[in-house]
Amino acid sequence: MALTPVQNQTPAFTASVSACAGALFGLFVGTAQGSGLLGLLIGAVLLGAMGFVFTGLIAQAKPVRWATVVVFALVGLVVGGLPALVLGALFGLFAGWFIFWLATSSYRKHLVPYLTPGQVLWHYGFRVICGAIFVFLITPILVVMPLSFNAEDFFTFTPEMLRFDPAGYSLKHYRDFLTNEGWQQALWNSLRIAPMATILSVGFGTLAAIGLSQPHVPFRRAIMAVLISPMIVPLIISAAGMYFFYSRIGLQGTYLGVVLAHAALGIPFVIITVTATLVGFDHSLTRAAANMGAGPITTFFRVQMPLILPGVISGGLFAFITSFDEVVVVLFVGSAGQKTLPWQMFIGLREQISPTILAVATILVGISICLLTTVELLRRRSERLRGMSPS
Amino acid sequence: MSDTTQSGPVLSADGTPLKRSLARALRMQKVRALMLIAPLLIFILLTFILPIADMLFRSVENRIVSDTLSETVVTLRDWDSVNGEAPEEAVYESLYYDLFVAAEAKEHTKLGTRLNYEQTGISSLFRSSGRKLDDIGEDHVKAMEKAGGGALKDEALWFEIITGGASGAGNTALLEAQRTKMAQLTGEDFSADIGFVPGAEFSDLFPRTAMAYTDFALFTAVLDEDVVAEEDPWETVFVAFAQEVQVPGGAEKLAAYTGPGAAELTAAAEALADLEPVSFKASFLDLDEDWGDVGNWRTIQTYSPTYTSGYFLNSIDMQKGVDGAEARPENQQIYITLFKRTMFMSLVITGSCIVLGYPVAWILANLPTRSANLLMILVLLPFWTSLLVRTSAWKVMLQQQGVINDVLVWLGLVADDARLVMINNQFGTIVAMTHILLPFMILPMYSVMQTINPTYLRAAKSLGATNWTAFWRVYFPQSVPGIGAGSILVFILSIGYYITPEIVGGTKGVFISNRIAYHISSSLNWGLAAALGTILLAVVLLLYWAYDKIVGIDNVKLG
Repeated sequence: MALTPVQNQTPAFTASVSACAGALFGLFVGTAQGSGLLGLLIGAVLLGAMGFVFTGLIAQAKPVRWATVVVFALVGLVVGGLPALVLGALFGLFAGWFIFWLATSSYRKHLVPYLTPGQVLWHYGFRVICGAIFVFLITPILVVMPLSFNAEDFFTFTPEMLRFDPAGYSLKHYRDFLTNEGWQQALWNSLRIAPMATILSVGFGTLAAIGLSQPHVPFRRAIMAVLISPMIVPLIISAAGMYFFYSRIGLQGTYLGVVLAHAALGIPFVIITVTATLVGFDHSLTRAAANMGAGPITTFFRVQMPLILPGVISGGLFAFITSFDEVVVVLFVGSAGQKTLPWQMFIGLREQISPTILAVATILVGISICLLTTVELLRRRSERLRGMSPS
Repeated sequence: MSDTTQSGPVLSADGTPLKRSLARALRMQKVRALMLIAPLLIFILLTFILPIADMLFRSVENRIVSDTLSETVVTLRDWDSVNGEAPEEAVYESLYYDLFVAAEAKEHTKLGTRLNYEQTGISSLFRSSGRKLDDIGEDHVKAMEKAGGGALKDEALWFEIITGGASGAGNTALLEAQRTKMAQLTGEDFSADIGFVPGAEFSDLFPRTAMAYTDFALFTAVLDEDVVAEEDPWETVFVAFAQEVQVPGGAEKLAAYTGPGAAELTAAAEALADLEPVSFKASFLDLDEDWGDVGNWRTIQTYSPTYTSGYFLNSIDMQKGVDGAEARPENQQIYITLFKRTMFMSLVITGSCIVLGYPVAWILANLPTRSANLLMILVLLPFWTSLLVRTSAWKVMLQQQGVINDVLVWLGLVADDARLVMINNQFGTIVAMTHILLPFMILPMYSVMQTINPTYLRAAKSLGATNWTAFWRVYFPQSVPGIGAGSILVFILSIGYYITPEIVGGTKGVFISNRIAYHISSSLNWGLAAALGTILLAVVLLLYWAYDKIVGIDNVKLG
């Protein structure tokens, strides 16, 4: 749907804008090859000429774009082998799209008609800035993944990896994770601690959240502040306090101590998510149930619980990930027998740098993607159940 | 027509006034709500609030000096620390008895470590003196043991002397006092019956000896779980007797003594006649001349009280001097710098989160729902990813042979031999923490911006505002609550961060929390760690309170 009627641009406009883009790319490639100025010139001339020619070929846009991809890929292959082929193809894809985007004025179509050229430029400039920030957000997580398949014991991309040489990749770090005694023990400990802590915090937290969402609660604000505080107080202070106190009462270095500590840390998340679900809860439903003869317990399990279940589950997932990820408190409250996965990673990062950490990190990213998806689906389901439009 | 003339209160169905009936229903509701909350509240109080309170208490608690040197602390109270002279004999005397018991219980090294935080060198002084304490009054002990054909070497005789035999009256007050003292010193329970009560007659005549023996008896029976009458008494018992018999009037007391072992004790007293009375001060100075050092004594005296502000003064680079608080020497001042650095870096991180988060939140709030939800994943994925994964990712990215440096070198922007140092300094900490905390900024901003009506902006423009004016005068003020909420949250989180600075911060990029962790696990100066933690906690709670006022705790949203 076009907001603004558009005409095709003149060859001169397309050529000059694409020449600017070409100059930018040429500058980078040129510097990498030794001469920035030469690269800048070649890039500008090349893309400028392409822009000029392509403006006349708008009718055959599709084949021309494919041809551009193939030509750049082939040039890349000749110049620098397999990696350059990929880069060339990507560049060809971009150049083809960009020139036709300019030439057919597609960029103007979806914007309101009264914008000045400067505003249009700012509109796209702003998106580029946002894109850069998104890249900043996501790159570190993406970089870890290929590195975990490194065949060498390095934290960096080896030349073999960059050449897409199969010899540069291996699963040995995953194998190490699966066979190494220390890592397996740590994984097992994490799996033993996190679910127990989750059960504790979900159990107590759900009850309290239901209590807090009643219409008349004395000291509601103060109680809420106390219950949320484990999330706000710096972890190192919680850890210090728990270390001092738990060693006084003999819980320091025990499984129970770590579970209790993690349950306390997970509770704010349960409270927040469950209270959020209860905000839209229609209390006449429970009254209706009582009216029809259901006792408080039946009402809770048959009416209230199914409605708040999505919130409870996502709160539980938050509590689980909090415990599963937590390292500061377990470092102090736990002893060697409670060494969890994050603890093992922390030691690995601080002392012996082994790429096994990256393999573990990749697995953890996979787990977080699963959890994120689940939470998102639950949130939508909960909104649907409560009659809000899913956003 | 009775209901129209009725002037009394409105009644409910069962006849009680409606007002009272409603009040009862309301009270029931409140109680039910509180009953639901109570289990969690108790749980949090026990597992979280109490530990924090314990930490606060530890930051001022200083029992160790008065527990370990209970008598010395009392005698030292009158010492004038200003005139530059070491304390008098009485103080050294109490120190000898206190230190002997402490050394037997192996508590003196703990005290030494504690005082060493305030005055370097005290630790080794206590340690070495504890080992050589037997040297004090050695001649007297030997002389007494030889006297009367070695009669006093008999442990059973000593037991009989002190208890005053089977018929003598017991001095339970003394026993109870020593029980309390020993319990404070060792932290063990001394209330068990040990089958020993010091005799009233002997302890009236020779209180110091009886006291020393009672300590020995308690220690032997409770800690070593041996029979008191079958163990050799400590040297302190001999020294105490020698001291008490050699003071003026001591001989008369002995003559008045009629209880068990009077003859043997008289023989021992005669054997002591050739020897000078024990001088504790001289003996201690013989052990280590640092015992004559006024500075050491001043430290002990300053830290005698049960509660001290010393840890707090220490955490703001001050110390307790002769007349009140004073600044520490220049080369020992680190905490103020560290607090300033923590504040500064947290501010920089918050600032860069605002700068990076605002455009993202804006675009998320203004895109069509479908694309916004897709982009939201890019924000939520880092939020859900393990903190250690993100920290290790930044380690991979920032190190000298890391991805960023590789790319820069490949692009020719940086020479291969001049790779940028981006890790183990403040830059590394700031970049990594900005990335880690950015979702906490974007999410509150996004939820505020979602509620801003886009027509206001259009209205402003149609009234002739430029883009910038429309944004700055209309949109931005409405988004300020989001900025405030996000900033406080990010600031609170960053000020107490530990893991990331520890891994990517090196030495220049660490926060106060790293120092706290160091004091808990490496230097074992728990009091100082607690004081630093208390200061940090105070700052955080202040911000938390502000957050509650501005945003409201209930409005925190996750994802």
